[in-house]
Amino acid sequence: MVNINGIWLLEGLVIKKTGREIIAELQSRREKARLGGGVDRIEKHHSSGKLTARERIITLLDEGSFEETDMFVVHRIRDFGMDGKTIPGDGVITGSGKVNGRLIYIYAQDFTVFGGSLSAAHASKIVKVMNLAIQNRAPIIGLNDSGGARIQEGVESLGGYADVFLQNALASGVVPQISMIMGPCAGGAVYSPAMTDFTFMIKGTSYMFVTGPDVVKTVTSEEVTAEQLGGAETHTSISSVADGSFNNDIEALIELRRFLSFLPSSNTDMSPKRNTEDSKSRIALALDTLIPENPNLPYDMKELILTISDQNDFFELQENYAKNILIGFIRLDGQTIGVVANQPMILAGCLDIDSSRKAARFVRFCDAFNIPILTLVDVPGFMPGTVQEYGGIIKHGAKLLFAYAEATTPKVTLITRKAYGGAYDVMSSKHLRGDANYAWPTAEIAVMGAKGAVEILFRNELSDPKKIEKRTTDYEERFANPFIAAERGFLDDVIIPSNSRYRLIQAFSKLKNKTQSNPKKKFGNIPL
Amino acid sequence: MFKKILIANRGEIACRIIKTAKKMNIQTVAVYSDADRSAEHVRIADESVYLGPSPAKESYLKSELIIKACKETACEAVHPGYGFLSENSDFADALEKSNIVFIGPSQSAIASMGDKIESKKIAKLAEINIVPGYIGVIENKEKAIQIADDIGYPVMIKASAGGGGKGMRIAFSRDEVADGFERATSEAINSFGDKRVFIEKFITEPRHIEIQILADNYGNTIYLGERECSIQRRNQKVIEEAPSPFLDEKTRQNMGKQAVKLSKNVSYSSAGTVEFIVDKNKNFYFLEMNTRLQVEHPVTELITGIDLVEQMIRVAYGEKLQLTQNDVRLNGSALESRIYAENPYKGFLPSIGRLTKYNPPEEKTHDDNTITRNDTGVREGDEVSMFYDPMIAKLCTWGNTREIAINRMESALDKFSIEGIDHNIPFLSAIIGSNRFKSGDLTTSFIEDEYPDGFHGLSPNKHEEWIFSTLFLVFHLSEIAKDFYLDEGFSSEWEVQMEDKSQISNQSKYSYVIKKHSKENAEFYVKPMPSKKIEGMKEDYIKVNINKNYSTKLVTSNIELFDNENSFISIPNKIDYKIKYTNPLIELNYRGVKLNALVIPMHISRLSKYMKPIKLVDKSNLLMCPMPGKLLKVMVKEDDIVEEGQSLCVIEAMKMENTLVAQKKCKIKDIKFHEGDTLSVDQIIMEFIFDK
Repeated sequence: MVNINGIWLLEGLVIKKTGREIIAELQSRREKARLGGGVDRIEKHHSSGKLTARERIITLLDEGSFEETDMFVVHRIRDFGMDGKTIPGDGVITGSGKVNGRLIYIYAQDFTVFGGSLSAAHASKIVKVMNLAIQNRAPIIGLNDSGGARIQEGVESLGGYADVFLQNALASGVVPQISMIMGPCAGGAVYSPAMTDFTFMIKGTSYMFVTGPDVVKTVTSEEVTAEQLGGAETHTSISSVADGSFNNDIEALIELRRFLSFLPSSNTDMSPKRNTEDSKSRIALALDTLIPENPNLPYDMKELILTISDQNDFFELQENYAKNILIGFIRLDGQTIGVVANQPMILAGCLDIDSSRKAARFVRFCDAFNIPILTLVDVPGFMPGTVQEYGGIIKHGAKLLFAYAEATTPKVTLITRKAYGGAYDVMSSKHLRGDANYAWPTAEIAVMGAKGAVEILFRNELSDPKKIEKRTTDYEERFANPFIAAERGFLDDVIIPSNSRYRLIQAFSKLKNKTQSNPKKKFGNIPL
Repeated sequence: MFKKILIANRGEIACRIIKTAKKMNIQTVAVYSDADRSAEHVRIADESVYLGPSPAKESYLKSELIIKACKETACEAVHPGYGFLSENSDFADALEKSNIVFIGPSQSAIASMGDKIESKKIAKLAEINIVPGYIGVIENKEKAIQIADDIGYPVMIKASAGGGGKGMRIAFSRDEVADGFERATSEAINSFGDKRVFIEKFITEPRHIEIQILADNYGNTIYLGERECSIQRRNQKVIEEAPSPFLDEKTRQNMGKQAVKLSKNVSYSSAGTVEFIVDKNKNFYFLEMNTRLQVEHPVTELITGIDLVEQMIRVAYGEKLQLTQNDVRLNGSALESRIYAENPYKGFLPSIGRLTKYNPPEEKTHDDNTITRNDTGVREGDEVSMFYDPMIAKLCTWGNTREIAINRMESALDKFSIEGIDHNIPFLSAIIGSNRFKSGDLTTSFIEDEYPDGFHGLSPNKHEEWIFSTLFLVFHLSEIAKDFYLDEGFSSEWEVQMEDKSQISNQSKYSYVIKKHSKENAEFYVKPMPSKKIEGMKEDYIKVNINKNYSTKLVTSNIELFDNENSFISIPNKIDYKIKYTNPLIELNYRGVKLNALVIPMHISRLSKYMKPIKLVDKSNLLMCPMPGKLLKVMVKEDDIVEEGQSLCVIEAMKMENTLVAQKKCKIKDIKFHEGDTLSVDQIIMEFIFDK
């Protein structure tokens, strides 16, 4: 006699399973798949302060909304003792669910299964949900936590990476792609997040690099820790690979929910409008004194952003990188707005290589996804010097110029103080099809500051400080105001600072049905 | 009456004086420094005159400039306010020589009473009760130590020319006398241009009670009751009230009579204040006379109905007092809370910056006849600078009884929103709401007694914690409900993880079940699920509403979590509070309670046990500047070995000298600034090396 599931059968006899038994078997297969790498590995994973892939998905999604796909997929590797060693799901959990009631597609790598390493099967699961995301026009979220390629598999694994990269490229500009790095992400694996729209990291438990500390040491004899080489701090402040970082998994996923609430589901959708108790016509008297009496003193542009925003809510991106420009999302009367703002607190708010690149990519994201752009301008010009010129400020500065020029999404610009030289043109000026261009009365729109201009115009009077002083005052009186530009129609209006929120909301609400298109082309050739 | 007067002051007191002048149809001229070019007192005055750079020594303290301004604007008189030149007899003298009236006492009265040493001598002669002390100029610290030894410790060292707590030090030992003497001398020079200091016995557990005097040039002198100013921090008044909850009518009369006698002895005219120290047996000792309008004069005005500024102007013009002592009736009870730009949670460090939000409670007589008054000199968008006193407003309330005035003050403080700088409103709310304050059991060491390790926010009791956690939950629900198109997927079980900042490890969890919300996201039905029964707490769904106003930054809720008449709860059902996201946490502020919480669905909350606290970077090897200010003095040099508690440097901010000391024994590795440098918050002043 043999025992099958507790039932004794005479040898040689066959009995068909009942429907209930079949269902029970499915349940048991599911249970097994849900356990991933097993209890011990899960415990180890938890003890390092990390949630499991499945817990991460549950934390991100609306309660009970996750629908898993490809739960039973396993790898097809025969070499290096992998034959028969399969775990259902093969190290990545994929599927769909809802965030704040809106559909998203998701994949989460499971570090407890083969270290989250990527096999061809693993990759094909990711490609499948990415395809669904593109087809069904919903954001795709990747929660990365992987040791890298499944080495036992060789080139198949490499092919898998490339399959994912291709989907990243195809999805780009169609649906928002967001990567949350929640563990290691090394080698080829880094290029998928790099091709998505936004990358976030977890402080202390995540790192990203093309080659790890060991290889670095062998090749260059440079000694560096994983954290220094590719931790959250490094990528948010030095390399700009990551757009933000969070204290732990739960905080990161809660904030990701908040971030998603700003975004449209796809390029044919608009961002959801969010009700607010904040009055459209809220007056902010403090803005009337934001600009210091002394034009050489800085002020905090963040105060302006926070003050005009609905409920003072600003989701800032790349907060610690190229701090001379601020980018991020706010809402005005419930509508998502992308903000680009010069920050006079840092390097006087000038444009340089890093800030131009940072803002250019953001402008293009907004344009791709119909997010209106608010540009707040206080810019003394481009950063001078050999570091900048050798680094190619010409080409990098042109990125921002190009991005603004080609953007057809609603563009509203407010000049608070300085708008000097070429930087004036770049910062969403009227000439680049700004839809509504405003200035505060404190604005100064000129080729350059008065001192510099006078030194060129009246070079022969330089020996006489009195004359120069007079010339400087004259120049200031003539140009240190917004009215010359307003006379030419380069500004649509000069507005009272305390009334800015109301005026900007009005401007954007009129642009709701804006249609504008560029000449037909495959794509423009932005100076990459 | 005068046609035009100049107000030689700034801030709230300049505004206060201009208001009365307007009522009397007198034209006003304001003066201002660089920092005050667009200040409120300049805006409301009829004319204004620029004095010079921001430091008071180069503007508001320049008497010759002010006299010049008077002449050029044809002012007949000058009201000096308090501080600055208000008790400078040379200034009064110079005005007299220029035929400009000084709205205040005679030059001789200022000289004799304004000077702490002189006034003691006169008081002694007039047989006024005085505190044992040394009367005379003290040449050096050796002499100071000898005098202190004679009087007996503790002693108080104070600038002769100063009022309030400026330049005042208490010393318990010879070392402290030596240190305090030098410091007081230096502050006296910086603040008043007069280096004289005096020493007297420091009476422990005293109350500070002062008598308001009003006198004319014809020998008529009356007293307008008392003010109790016992709530002080480092001798700087914080909360004042009139009448004192301590005095009986007999003591009040005795103090009033002595004050009048002293005033008459120096032929005092105008408004003045005789300060007394009162011990627990109602013995009172003369402390000093302030020959000017006091900061806290509004509480006297509220209980007497007399406009002291108007009286000062009339007396200065030569009018006779229309009031006699019999006309003075003390009516009801008034309180004053001084709103300072300082961080009560961080050792009351001065705070400077822009007032990005300034929304005081409305000034009015309420339906219940109580009064809210707010004397202020700032507007939203103003800069609170390091050059002047950190006081930004004086919030006063009046009620028929002390209890009513206190209730009105509590709700007025609730409705005060200030953002952009740190402020002491939570601290004021904590004091006003305390049982000890309400019982009237005050001494000048009240704050030291109640907050011996500084103020860290109040800790709510278990019952109150449930109220706060419910407010956190409802605030969060009201926000996330906006994101949902549908109710589908909205979790029904929630947890509030509340962190009490004063005891970081102490995180408490509060569970709830919620019902579907209303369309407007302003009303929620929630049911607390405590792990064990909480006495008096309702066990079914309760309705909580929430009303947010982003113009005033106030949030109001109605919450009835407990059965009525629950003695554990000091929180009313209708509550005005401040709450905002710090993402992902939420911060709530209510009457000195400051809490942070994370509100998450129950199924996620179960996972939070796996999260690890983030490691903080150790900065104990760095001396960071705690407040914006000027590096006045560096007492160590590189490679010095310093002991714990040893003074390292002195930062001058808001006219106060703050000594930074070593937290433990260490070697100075690097000093990054020089004396005279201007520092901002968290700038690294020096680096240390610790011995292993």
